[in-house]
Amino acid sequence: MDARNRDVWAGLMLLATGVAAMLVARGYPAGSALRMGPGYFPRVLAGLLILFGLHAVVTGLRRRERIEGSWSPRALIVLPLSMVLFGVLMERAGFVPAIAALVLGSAAAGRQRRLVEILLLTGVLTAASVAIFVWGLGLPYPLVKGP
Amino acid sequence: MALFDHLIFGFGVAFSLENLLYCLVGVLVGTLIGVLPGIGPLATIAMLLPLTFTVPPVAALIMLAGIYYGAQYGGSTTAILMNLPGETSAVVTCLDGYQMARQGRAGPALAIAAIGSFFAGTVCTLLIALFGPPLADLALRFNSADYFTLMLMGLVAAAVLARGDTSTSLAMVVMGLLLGVVGTDVNSGARRFTLGLTELIDGIGFVVLAVGVFAVGEIVSNLGEPGERQVFASTVTGLFPTRADLTRSFGPIVRGTGIGAFFGVLPGTGPAIASFASYMVEKRLARDPSRFGRGAIEGVAGPESANNADAQCKFIPMLTLGLPASAVMALMLGALTIHGVAPGPQVMTQRPELFWGLVASMWIGNLMLLLLNLPLIGLWTSLLRVPYRLLFPAIMVFSVLGVYSVNNSSFDVYLAALFGVLGFVWIRLGCSPAPMLLGFVLGPMLEENLRRALVASRGDPSVFVTRPISLVFLAVTVLILVAAAVPTVRRRRAVITG
Repeated sequence: MDARNRDVWAGLMLLATGVAAMLVARGYPAGSALRMGPGYFPRVLAGLLILFGLHAVVTGLRRRERIEGSWSPRALIVLPLSMVLFGVLMERAGFVPAIAALVLGSAAAGRQRRLVEILLLTGVLTAASVAIFVWGLGLPYPLVKGP
Repeated sequence: MALFDHLIFGFGVAFSLENLLYCLVGVLVGTLIGVLPGIGPLATIAMLLPLTFTVPPVAALIMLAGIYYGAQYGGSTTAILMNLPGETSAVVTCLDGYQMARQGRAGPALAIAAIGSFFAGTVCTLLIALFGPPLADLALRFNSADYFTLMLMGLVAAAVLARGDTSTSLAMVVMGLLLGVVGTDVNSGARRFTLGLTELIDGIGFVVLAVGVFAVGEIVSNLGEPGERQVFASTVTGLFPTRADLTRSFGPIVRGTGIGAFFGVLPGTGPAIASFASYMVEKRLARDPSRFGRGAIEGVAGPESANNADAQCKFIPMLTLGLPASAVMALMLGALTIHGVAPGPQVMTQRPELFWGLVASMWIGNLMLLLLNLPLIGLWTSLLRVPYRLLFPAIMVFSVLGVYSVNNSSFDVYLAALFGVLGFVWIRLGCSPAPMLLGFVLGPMLEENLRRALVASRGDPSVFVTRPISLVFLAVTVLILVAAAVPTVRRRRAVITG
């Protein structure tokens, strides 16, 4: 099989989600149609996802459409990580370090990285966020806080 | 006449200084993001949503709506000047708009696009005012079985008409429904899919999901595209269309408005489909079709009116039935809910200032766009020179702060990061995330109405076919599904949705 077969991968994703949801939903009482329990609706949905997943795999094997275009593994890893870093710093170090880390991290996820430009951008965006969100909108975030 | 009383009341609300200001901010932000490729109204509304929590719901809705239709204007500006559709709705405008610009007629092209959009906006404001109340009256007679089948119809139609594969889109609707289940079940109090995390007891945040998938996921996807875009702007000289331009454009503008209004109330069709349909109609009606693609003004006037009419008429099912016909409308519905307004037909009677104020503001916003956009064209095109590498970190800051500020919760930011990854995967695998958002928003209501309908009928599922209203919705749903499976329709649909 082609490793870049788009619909097969989509089908596997749907199947995995459906099966996982079904396993979790089995723990909830289903009830009856008259008195639907909390497990009724999720089971129906999980079942549907499994069916759609199977359908997509079969179509994929027949149609053989490939995943096209290029992607950036760097962006996929670095961008979410910079968000996690923001969350951690927001709790431990305050608003200014968190925003600065987010901008630096985001810029580092990009394709073209120019150091001076990134540092300037970090300064400008951090200052702007403080002005807009903390002073302007009055969000109650300490700019810097101790460990 | 009641119609005019309502509209006058609405204009009274919309003409307050505060609301005018929010309207202006909305249309300006909308135009800005419409001009910039790589960021659309969906991501913008998602990330600015939390900022509107502090303002009254009317003002918030007026601004968010302004962003939405402002983006349609902005998208056409770059399509005409640079052959670069800022939004998908403006792809068709490139065909003749850019040709006109190359012939030195950028001014008339921009002017006719603005005039057509304004005409469409005016007609649609009247349509909403005219058809809103009777539709809401009708909807007040719906019981839970009718609502269930209505939502089912909306979701199925949205999936069938959306871009991409029908069965995959339907699967994404189910995915959204499943994500909507996460949290405490309102009926039994049972916690579902919370994985033992206290943060998930109230469910997945609407802003978290929308920002994660449509802002972060989109950026990750964009960063994979090679190269910076090049910008070649034509200069604008002489704005005013000639008398011949105006006579040629009149028919296309009227027809485009009609086509746009029709597609507007259909769920799942984006403005791109309306503008494409209008282009095809004009080309077919033209005495000399060979002019199309070589700078025919009809090819700008029709599609531009159509996409604006579509954008505005999408509000009709959202405001009167509580049924979002597109992902942006799902966001609007989410905004209403966050502001404590239960969406549905009762909005019009219980919160008339909200309904009529919004309707009136749309007309005012269109007028603002008409007056502001033409003088500001130079500013918009110079903004295009801002490279994406400087733009996307700024989008990240707004998105992440938007997510964080809802609950002041770092967990929400982590969850948004996760949805960013998932969103990217979905986009790569051809699973369009827009139907997912519709499913997510409607999920809890769908389950609740299903449960209520079955309790009322003592567990007898035939209730969905014995009530006439419900039967109609169900029949239409089946019809849509059957039609989607027929090969000829499938092929034609592939042409339209691209």
